[in-house]
Amino acid sequence: MQHASGDKRFKILEAHMKKYQFRHDALIEILHKAQELFGYLEDDLLLFVAYKLKLPASRVYGVATFYHFFQLKPQGKHTCIVCLGTACYVKGATQVLAAVEEKAKIKAGETTPDNQLSLLTARCIGACGIAPAVVYDGTVTPRQTPETALEQVKGWISNGQ
Amino acid sequence: MVSDELNVIAEKERAARKKIVIRCCMAAGCMSSQSEAVKKNLEQAVQDAGMSEEVEIRRVGCMKLCCEGPLVSVDTQNALYEKVTPEDALELIKTLKGGQTKIKRGDLNHPFFKNQLPIVLANSGQIDPERIESYIAADGYQALHQVLREMTPKEVVEEMVKSGLRGRGGAGFPTGIKWGTVAKTQSAQKYVICNADEGDPGAFMDRSVLESDPHAVLEGMAIAAYAVGANQGFIYVRAEYPLAIKRLQTAIKQAKQIGLLGAGILESPFNFNIDIRIGAGAFVCGEETALMASVEGKRGTPRPRPPFPAESGLFGCPTLINNVETFANVPPIYRNGAEWFAGIGTEKSKGTKVFALAGKINNTGLIEVPMGTPLRQIVEEMGGGAPDGRKIKAVQTGGPSGGCIPAEALDTPVDYDSLTKLGSIMGSGGMIVMDDSTKMVDVARYFMEFCVDESCGKCIPCRAGTVQMLHLLEKILNRQATARDLAKLEELCDMVRHTSLCGLGQTAPNPTLSTLRFFPNEYQELLQPDEFGLHGNGEANKSEPAAK
Repeated sequence: MQHASGDKRFKILEAHMKKYQFRHDALIEILHKAQELFGYLEDDLLLFVAYKLKLPASRVYGVATFYHFFQLKPQGKHTCIVCLGTACYVKGATQVLAAVEEKAKIKAGETTPDNQLSLLTARCIGACGIAPAVVYDGTVTPRQTPETALEQVKGWISNGQ
Repeated sequence: MVSDELNVIAEKERAARKKIVIRCCMAAGCMSSQSEAVKKNLEQAVQDAGMSEEVEIRRVGCMKLCCEGPLVSVDTQNALYEKVTPEDALELIKTLKGGQTKIKRGDLNHPFFKNQLPIVLANSGQIDPERIESYIAADGYQALHQVLREMTPKEVVEEMVKSGLRGRGGAGFPTGIKWGTVAKTQSAQKYVICNADEGDPGAFMDRSVLESDPHAVLEGMAIAAYAVGANQGFIYVRAEYPLAIKRLQTAIKQAKQIGLLGAGILESPFNFNIDIRIGAGAFVCGEETALMASVEGKRGTPRPRPPFPAESGLFGCPTLINNVETFANVPPIYRNGAEWFAGIGTEKSKGTKVFALAGKINNTGLIEVPMGTPLRQIVEEMGGGAPDGRKIKAVQTGGPSGGCIPAEALDTPVDYDSLTKLGSIMGSGGMIVMDDSTKMVDVARYFMEFCVDESCGKCIPCRAGTVQMLHLLEKILNRQATARDLAKLEELCDMVRHTSLCGLGQTAPNPTLSTLRFFPNEYQELLQPDEFGLHGNGEANKSEPAAK
């Protein structure tokens, strides 16, 4: 059965579930794939997964909300993840975060109203040797300061000149 | 695969070796500093110089001194080049023909390198982690071969007991005893799990091992599976480590292709498969029962023990869970014998330990030292002390479950028991150095905030207790707290420690308790007098500022 929206990504997701034989223990793997395909997990998508795996919606929603990695809200076009691990923290990651927060006028965990930038924090990305590290659109960048961070996100913020 | 093939592959790989090997660090740290471009340019430069026949540019794992990356080593020159840029490639290749270069050269005689004793990291920075042949040429899978050929599962367990290896995930439980417990259970289905959910902020040893030498972990798991009678393994790895996941996937695929995983390994009746499970960002999943819940696709909440995983673990079957570094220690133990391993380290802590040195220290990176090495030697000699001429104030070990060791206690030997005595723990091996500009109450608050975020919410002491402790710490930091608040904080620490369900809650008070123990003045200075005076006992306020 095809998803009512006709969106092909549902088909890809279903093929992925099939690969895991619709096993319940593959739920996290399937949610990873769903987020990779759709960018975030909206309610409709979670219901689809629950239906296909024959799991209660509460179980799927419970898992999706438990893990930090799963996003339930749409993300901006660009992401900036400031690592707040201990090594980054003692080397001034909070100043970097504060600078970006101030410039983009959003708090950590939020997305700018024009959907350009999502500002996130990480507990530790394991790049402690090059602290403080920031991940811009998936690229880990070493030894950041408020200045270098603002330079990076400048183009992603509408008032960033 | 027949057993002779291992030797054939190794011989072939050794014979194909070129005269000059240039190693290019391609672990996550250096890759974020463009080491991929460096490697590409080096390859181009070699080709342009017409030296392709004699020079090999090899992708290798972590070369340890992460702060100076990207690192490139040339073995014929015995040189380690630091902070190499893609533009430096041409100049570097010219040095092979006697050219001069201004690229910074690392001092390989520095204690940072000299004091290391690589066992787990022996292949790190030496072999290509994405080619199984490279691992086999470095005696890889020989231990598995020997174990399957010459030893019964019982002998394998006995050898592990003799080696004295203790779990490297933090708690330090003797590995041999754990293996023996699982081996003794009667069950048709058993599992082996590798805990690669390295959630401690400030720890990156497991990431480096997985990125630099993934096959060592697979081989260790296979030996463990043979010992306990399991045929299915899982590696639970954090989603935050995409490169480690990719290299593990490659490694598993290659091992399956040549029959080192799968059915009838090395002409024996032993079957073993490994699957990867990717975590989704929950610190509590480092706890073994929570980890198993997560592998089963559920919320990662811990459950009371007993039953221990060794009796009833994953899907209710007996399960062996060990950490990445523990598994990486396994092949060398069987290659060199348990006596060799037991001869390294201290009486109760055998072997070596890998530490991730980071924070306010000159040389950040990975070190592997024998157990019992004094902390001072690690941070002052190897780490080169704090930068900008500042003084080291404390060393934090064990992440949010550990504590802060003050500078006065730097002569403590690093082993499980000595660190526990200081109110910290060995932990998985993160070592964050703090200098005299660090405020210890703020550090305690930082870790408590972490625990509030990461508490799974299943048991009340941890869920509510950590929030209350955080409030009290914030109150102290905002200079609004009195001596009674501090007493309340200590009381809460004690309560949460003794009544929480799992390790996360039981150890959540550690950073607060250890800073309270070693840096009480920093708390006292922030306290405000209440109606009973500064000390909350009605005594006169000695340190109250004089009235204007």
